[in-house]
Parts: sequence; C-alpha cells; structure tokens
Amino acid sequence: MRKSALLALALLFSPLVLAAEGEGAGAPLDWEHWQAGNEVSNTASLQRGARNFFNYCAGCHSLKYLRYSRMAADLKISTDQLKANLLPAGAAPADYVRASMAPEDALAWFGKEPPDLSLIARSRGPDRNYQFLKTFYLDPSRPNRSNNLLVSNPAMPAVLSDLEGVKEAVFRNVEVTVDGKVTTEKRFDHFVTVVPGQLNDAQFDDFVRDTVNFLDYAGEPSQVDRRSIGVWVVLFLLVFTWFAWLLKKEYWKDVH
Amino acid sequence: MASNDAQFKPGFWGWLNKRLPVESFFREQLLEYYAPKNFNVWYFFGSLALLALVMQLFTGIFLTMFYKVGDTTSFDSVEFIRREISYGWLIQYLHSVGASAFFVVVYLHMYRAMMYGSYKSPRELLWLFGMFIYLALMAEAFMGYVLPWGNMSYWAAQVIINLFSTIPVIGPGLVEWIRGDYGVADATLNRFFSLHVVAIPLILLLLVALHLVALRQSGSNNPDGIEIKERRGSDGKPLDGIPFHPYYTVKDVVGVGVFLLLFAVVVFFVPTFGGLFMEEANFEPANPLSTPEPIAPSWYFTPYYAILRAVPNQRLGALLLLMAVLLFFFLPWLDRSPVKSVRYRGWWYRGFLAVFTVSFLTLMYLGLKPATGAYVTAARVSAIGYFAFFLLMPLYSRWDRVKPVPERVSFHA
Repeated sequence: MRKSALLALALLFSPLVLAAEGEGAGAPLDWEHWQAGNEVSNTASLQRGARNFFNYCAGCHSLKYLRYSRMAADLKISTDQLKANLLPAGAAPADYVRASMAPEDALAWFGKEPPDLSLIARSRGPDRNYQFLKTFYLDPSRPNRSNNLLVSNPAMPAVLSDLEGVKEAVFRNVEVTVDGKVTTEKRFDHFVTVVPGQLNDAQFDDFVRDTVNFLDYAGEPSQVDRRSIGVWVVLFLLVFTWFAWLLKKEYWKDVH
Repeated sequence: MASNDAQFKPGFWGWLNKRLPVESFFREQLLEYYAPKNFNVWYFFGSLALLALVMQLFTGIFLTMFYKVGDTTSFDSVEFIRREISYGWLIQYLHSVGASAFFVVVYLHMYRAMMYGSYKSPRELLWLFGMFIYLALMAEAFMGYVLPWGNMSYWAAQVIINLFSTIPVIGPGLVEWIRGDYGVADATLNRFFSLHVVAIPLILLLLVALHLVALRQSGSNNPDGIEIKERRGSDGKPLDGIPFHPYYTVKDVVGVGVFLLLFAVVVFFVPTFGGLFMEEANFEPANPLSTPEPIAPSWYFTPYYAILRAVPNQRLGALLLLMAVLLFFFLPWLDRSPVKSVRYRGWWYRGFLAVFTVSFLTLMYLGLKPATGAYVTAARVSAIGYFAFFLLMPLYSRWDRVKPVPERVSFHA
C-alpha cells in the first residue's frame, strides 16, 4: 500500500523532475512556466512597484478604478511623498490614476488605446504579466522594432529596454508531422543580449517582479485585509463548531 | 390536535397567542415533529440549502443598494462595490461564492435523495417541488452571472440564449423576445436584473415553502428507507423518531459550522477558486468583438454543456440537454424497485448509480475543457452512461435482487 502510494507520488512529480533536468542541457528557455512569485503583503515591494509603474507605465496606462489616496494609504506612502513624487500636476489625491497620454494620440501613435491595467492581474494573472514583461525581443520587421513571446506583435513597444537591454530571440527549426506531412516550424529557443541595459539580470528580474506585484495589488486592493480578516473568521468558526459539536454530543446522549 | 393553550397564559404571550398561533406552531413544527434518528451526514444539506438561500437573499439586498444596472455602468459598479464600499468586497464574494456553494449543497442534497430513494412514494411531490427549485435556481444563477457584465457574462448569455433558437418555427423570434434586442444588449441586462432580483426569488421562496410543507406531510426519509410512521410506540410516537427540536437543531448547527468553515476558507483565501467561481475573462468588460476561448459556463452547468457539445447537431444537442435536466423529474416513476435505500438494493442499481456518478462528474469536468478530439469522445461515452441510468431504470430496478428491509432503522448511538 505504502509502496504504491510512493510510486504514485513519484509518477506525479516525474514530469517536473524531467523539466528541471532538461533546463540546463541546451533545452529551450522555459519561459511559459515562469512564475511571478510575488507577495502582495510585501509593502516595500509594492512601493517599488508603484514607483516603477509611475515611471514606466502611467504615461500610457490608467488604473481607472484606483484612487491615488487609496494607494497611498495602503502602501504607507505619506501625503507629502505622494504629492512630491507620484501625483501629476493638477491631480487631487482623491482622483483615479489616469494615463497622461490623450486617447486620440494613443490611437494615432499605436493604432489602439493602451488598456487600463486596473484588472490586468485578475484577467491575466501575475504570472502572465511577468512573462509578458520579460519576453520582449528585437524584431526589425515591426514598426516599433520589438516583439514579444507571450503576445505576438503587440502594439506596446519594449519600454523597459533601457533597463533590461536589448535582446535578440534565437529560433530553431523543428520538424513537426501534421496529418502525415513533415513540415518545419520555427520555435523559440533562447535570448541573446545584444545591448546591455542599466540593470543586470537579477536587478531587472526584481524590477519586473515588483511591478507585477503592484499590478496584483491594484487588481484587488483589499486582498491583504481579506486574508488577515479571514484568519480570525476561520479561527472563530473552528471554536464555534467545536462548541456546537460538544452541545450536540450532550443532547444526543439521550438517543438510543 | 395540539390545543392552543398558550392563549390562556397571562401577559403579552397570552395576548399574542390568542391572536397568532406562535407557540402551537413552533410546538407542532419542531418539538412534536418526529424525524428518524438515523440521519447521517447526507442529511445536513437540506438545512444548509436553506442557509445558502437566506445568505444569497441577504447579501443580494446589499449588493442591489450599490449595483447600477446598464451596459455602461454594471461592470464599473461591481468594481466600485469591491473597492470603495466598506466591506463591499466581502458582500460581493459572499454572494458570488455563495452561488457556487448553493449548487454544491443542492447537488449533494439531490444525490442523497437518489441514494436513499427519497423521491419514491409517498414523496413524489416533495421531489417535484425540489426539482422545480433546482430549475428556478439554474435560471437565477444564470441571470445573476450576466449582471457583472464581464466578457464571460456576455458570451455565456449569448450561447445559452441562442439555445432557444433551435426550437423549430418559433425559435428565432423567441430568442429576440428573450433578449429584447437583436443581440445580447442593455435591454437583456435590464430584464435579467429584474428577474434575478424580484421575479425568481419570489418563485424560489414559494417553491421552498411548498417543499417544506410537503416534507412535513410525508415526513423525512432516512438512510434505511424505512417509514418510521409505520412503527409507533404505545404513546403513538414513532419508535425510531426523535423530536426535531432539540435533537436536529443542535445537530444541524454543527453542520452549519463545518459548512461555514469551508465556505469562509474559500471566501477569504481563494474567492475566485482558481477561475472556477469567478473566471478570469469576467474581469474584462463585456466585449462583443472579443470571444473568450473557450466559452465555458459556470461549473454547475458544465455537465449539461458537455452533453450539448458532444452532439454534432445543435438542435439534437439542445434537445438532449433539455432531456438531461428533465429526466430527474421522472425518477419516482422510472424507479420500479420495491425498496428505497441503496443499502437494500442489489448490484444492478448500485452499478448504474456508480455509472451515473462517474458520468456526471466526468461531464462536469469536460464542460470546462475545449470540445476537441478525445474530450468529445469522452463526453459522448459519459452522456451514454448518464442517459442509461435514467432510461434503463424501469428495467434494471425490476431485475435487481433486493435485500429484505428490516423493520427498524439501524442506529448506533
């Protein structure tokens, strides 16, 4: 019995083991399984993420459901700091976070209006946001000279390339059999950095993680409260249920 | 009959009871209502369904205070509730997780009835009222799902309303009449709000009242499927019965505690339940130009959705979907077994119940997956298992070698 349980466990985890082994040995970069691994209760990370957002994203993207004041309160940013660093000219703390770029300009410059990012962490998940921001590469065939592995041909240019550097994507041809016919397909293999950025790999990784973390917060600002209240509710219900069970046992002594 | 002695008591209690039979009502319905003493965990789900209903009504009232129906306001107002109303996120999650919890409880409640033959004589009407509650609940949940006006709301409405277009002759006109527009639009959203908040809750409450009255008339079944009213003691009370209050009130409170515990874990720690209770696509506003892939209805509809998609012909698929729901209504007459409970049935019934259970759960899973290749084949096999359980029941329930049913319930204190 125990042996078969162990075997089942081993089988369950074997694909992971294989994947982990394959990583170093010339296998393609496994970006599709990258995880953001962000933690919304980390206020310092959220503050850095907010700084990143307002420096690199807020020019084009809104957070139309989030007020500056709410963000400042949740992220423990003082009103003075908010006014000095984050609040655009003419905006009040109670305003919602709006992009600086006018929608008509966006249409003319990018062909579409950049999406509001209030709920991007809820509709895509932090992992895919992380993958998106980490897989931009040089593509001279595109009008903005960049492309992306997660979202092919995005309207958004590689806005973080001054930090990350410029990467080229190396593809390899793989033979695939479709309906009995052998064709070659271009598959992504790995990135090569051609122009280094201001940050090294680890620093850039932290930068993206903080930014994604901030977007996760913006998607559901009350989630930290939710979890901390939840702990008390669950503890209360455990005690309540235990007492209820004792009461039931006492009454049911009479039933034979 | 119990006399209304309370009216002769002094003071306000006597005054009140002379005018309203408060005390005698509670005595007859709780203290002198004898329920079988051998209920197991499956018997918690009736009272839990009632709790879920009350919780949905209560949270719904508060959501309605802040929700603004309209194709340009609905999505924003739900987000406003989650972010800017004090504890709005809690009320909203209680309501959305509550809908799923309601279905979990109702499905287990129905399954209990199937295991112990609770639909059989003399409880056919009780079962039918329950089935009408199930239908009303499906309508209520579907319309409620449209109200946040997310992209999955929009496309699920599109798919489900279009099922009516498969009805010959009147189909296309009927679909337009339901939507109130040429597509799912503001008019559809507004009428769904009205039906979700007023019409269907009224119907649900009426049906629940009838369900409870019918339950009191025939008395509860039990895991042994024995009629406890047939064995009475010298005092005229059922030998295997115990007063509902206090025994089952204190017992049900334990059930409520365990249910709320699990419910709270979901509400506070995983309210979207990995996209099963709130889909990712529903955090994008309704967009007629962008179809989510795949369009999947809420998990509680997926068994039927999988049946619909397993059939290449849409009209036939819709017909089978309708049949899959309606067949439950006929259970009391499809079942020809002389015994009620699965405990005393033979291997024929047990085998088919197992086939049904596996088929239903498999279909539930497949309805969430894209309708391609092996998934479709699996859905077809499961659909055959699902229908075989109902349609072959008149045969196998008669062939079944049943065991003798004891005179008294089995109960271990």
